[in-house]
Amino acid sequence: MCLAVPGRVIEINERDGTRMAVVDFGGVVKDVCLEYLPDLAVGEYAIVHVGFALQRLDEESARKTLDLFAELGLLQEEFGDPWESAAHSATAEEAER
Amino acid sequence: MKYLEEFQNPELARGLLDDIRATVTRPWALMEVCGGQTHTIIRHAIDQLLPEEVELIHGPGCPVCVTPLEIIDKALEIASRPGVIFCSFGDMLRVPGTGRDLFRVRGEGGDVRVVYSPLDALRIARENPDREVVFFGIGFETTAPPNAMTVYQARKQGIRNFSMLVSHVRVPPAIEAIMTSPECRVQGFLAAGHVCSVMGTGEYPALAARHRVPIVVTGFEPLDILEGIRRTVGQLERGEHTVDNAYPRAVQPQGNPAARAMLEDVFEVTDRAWRGIGTIPLSGWRLSPRYRDHDAEYRFDVVDIATLEPAECRSGEVLQGLLKPNECEAFGNICTPRTPLGATMVSSEGACAAYYLYRRLGNPATPLEANPVG
Repeated sequence: MCLAVPGRVIEINERDGTRMAVVDFGGVVKDVCLEYLPDLAVGEYAIVHVGFALQRLDEESARKTLDLFAELGLLQEEFGDPWESAAHSATAEEAER
Repeated sequence: MKYLEEFQNPELARGLLDDIRATVTRPWALMEVCGGQTHTIIRHAIDQLLPEEVELIHGPGCPVCVTPLEIIDKALEIASRPGVIFCSFGDMLRVPGTGRDLFRVRGEGGDVRVVYSPLDALRIARENPDREVVFFGIGFETTAPPNAMTVYQARKQGIRNFSMLVSHVRVPPAIEAIMTSPECRVQGFLAAGHVCSVMGTGEYPALAARHRVPIVVTGFEPLDILEGIRRTVGQLERGEHTVDNAYPRAVQPQGNPAARAMLEDVFEVTDRAWRGIGTIPLSGWRLSPRYRDHDAEYRFDVVDIATLEPAECRSGEVLQGLLKPNECEAFGNICTPRTPLGATMVSSEGACAAYYLYRRLGNPATPLEANPVG
């Protein structure tokens, strides 16, 4: 939950009077609220936490972080199905015993 | 050399470690305040790669872990009520309340839903006007602005069936409490990077000066943490105690002004109980009176909750850095991520869960000297 993941803005739109974006996190695409970084433009990167862009990030460091997160399986942890991963970890633990 | 190879740039990691080793002349105890940092430290065995003079004490930085039992029990009570859709981040599902958790409530027929963002809960409220939709709003300063914006939007859009159970916590009062504790051994802090992405660094110079303790804003990746440690040890060895920013790519001195303004509007500072630690003055946020219509504690009138912590659980000592997780008798036998006694065994950011995942089988990192990289 506490993870903040860099993502790239691929589209900006207005929904329910709120500035929103479609953001790409190394292949996973999510809706993200831009109200706290209203001047963020398409193609730029930001640190995103629970669906909100909180701080701008340069492309190079964003890409490095995304590569690392992908390698460590953190993107799956953040964006995967939590019911499924809870069940999975329970099963893995059983298997170890 | 398993652990160093896992660093994105092993050469750089080695350079930072060499620099720390060359600088340190005596023992220092550093505390990382963020659960994400604890997770990285244990996962990559950073504590074992460091020279033995540098000890890392894991602070109370996991928001899931410090959410007070009373609030968890209120969540369980609200989630059990007919007609309620209770929305939460996934991390909260297995956090033990008094005798049960959100998983159990769902099994018993409660409509508990996991959302990625608080705005998802607001959407669910919009789509289900005949149901009461409640979001469990926990977290540090990083998570507070998303939750604040969601309550603000609920009021602005007139979504009356949406409310939030709020239990936010703030880092600076926790640092103050740690430094004034008679048992305090902490000599330097790695401050949580993303908390500072929102809040900036303005709250820290007074703390650093008052307690003569270096505070270094630090990121979450292995190299970030080594750099934060390197700068903290450097200050300690030079006898300095200032605020330094080792995570400038994501932290500006003023933080995110729009987010801070929203926090001012939606929340008010309050005393907050931290699970396992006790009440820390002015260490939390609750909804301000203007937003009381969307405050789940008022809407559902959940008072008179009797709470009970398991006697065997020593997570309070773990959260205060007085006990390492594997020193607890319950660790790994009666207390596991599947049957957690305390919240620190639940969240992947909890120190007990991190030790269980990466340290339980006793695989220490190979000393650098014995296995040079490259």
